[in-house]
Amino acid sequence: MTTTETAPSGSRGSQPPAPPGSVTITVRIRRFNPEFDDEPRWQDFEVPALPSDRVLNVLHTIKWYMDGSLTFRRSCAHGICGSDAMRINGVNRLACKVLVKDLLAANGKPTTITMEPIKGLPVHKDLLVDMEPFFEAFRAVKPYLMTTGHEPTRERVQSVADRARFDDTTKCILCACCTTSCPVYWTEGSYFGPAAIVNAHRFIFDSRDEGAEERLDILNDVDGVWRCRTTFNCTDACPRGIQVTKAIQEVKRALLFKRV
Amino acid sequence: MSTLDLAAPRSPRRRQARRSNFELYSWLFMRMSGLLLIVLVLGHLFIMNILDGGVHRINFAFVAGRWSSPFWQFWDLSMLWLAELHGGNGLRTVINDYARKDATRFWLKILLYTSMALILALGSFVIFTFDPNISG
Repeated sequence: MTTTETAPSGSRGSQPPAPPGSVTITVRIRRFNPEFDDEPRWQDFEVPALPSDRVLNVLHTIKWYMDGSLTFRRSCAHGICGSDAMRINGVNRLACKVLVKDLLAANGKPTTITMEPIKGLPVHKDLLVDMEPFFEAFRAVKPYLMTTGHEPTRERVQSVADRARFDDTTKCILCACCTTSCPVYWTEGSYFGPAAIVNAHRFIFDSRDEGAEERLDILNDVDGVWRCRTTFNCTDACPRGIQVTKAIQEVKRALLFKRV
Repeated sequence: MSTLDLAAPRSPRRRQARRSNFELYSWLFMRMSGLLLIVLVLGHLFIMNILDGGVHRINFAFVAGRWSSPFWQFWDLSMLWLAELHGGNGLRTVINDYARKDATRFWLKILLYTSMALILALGSFVIFTFDPNISG
């Protein structure tokens, strides 16, 4: 192959034949290359895909065989690492957890899938965004165990009921689906956002932790939980099924009644 | 720490927590005043627009008659204050959410607070000093 030297990194040569049973779908991707583009633009790809494919497979087909310059994040590709959050058909999802068959148009009509970077974070390139503002808010709520006094000689024991109080919020994988689906976060990036509050909730309601008051103080301010307008976008977006809005409301209640 | 100085335009340096309950109380006030306003405003609309002849019987004498009773004075006064503070606080959060620049935010809030103060002062002044025996 003579094109190997000039092909962009990620290219894997010519496209293999479409597998039997595949349908051709139109994938409309919001592209942005800061070296050439002043504005983001839409680009369409005609991609053969099996109904059982994940959307991530479709992106791989494009990157490996059609346009190696397409840029997106993915790591584990199985819904655990939370790298490939993107806006698929207007809603925040993990590309590795959405199946093509769930996006196919009814009655065999032509299918178009749109993919955009998650909103509210600066776009570096194509579907790749700068996650630093998101992680800054995460760090600001002190998402680690805070204790006083000497370390116990044995493990910190916790009852099943105490563990159950924050079980839901331990499931967060920091994919940013929730925070970047929040309309308040879109317009005001200084809002902590659902993900940071979820991770604060995980420690505030942990009976072994002693930093609840400090975290509640942080979330009591103008950029904290009182900015939440309960639109439930975060709960709809969460690929782990965390009841995000409920967790935010629980933090509000803890502040309101001064009780954790 | 230079790695933290990456261009992140939408994430300004976070302020220290102020240990103030202002946002909590304003959130609570919105809920409480909202509940009260349902009673006050719907009651007001019912009396003014539906009860005996509704809007057709409203004239100076009708309003003067109502305001001769401290009960209706108190009703209208609480409606004025609650609605103004409720709406003003709502607009404050809208400005906080949507103003892009600190200067815009500051001036919009000045405008809002000035208009709130004016309307509250004028309304309270009228309710407290209303004279039904006005000549002419």
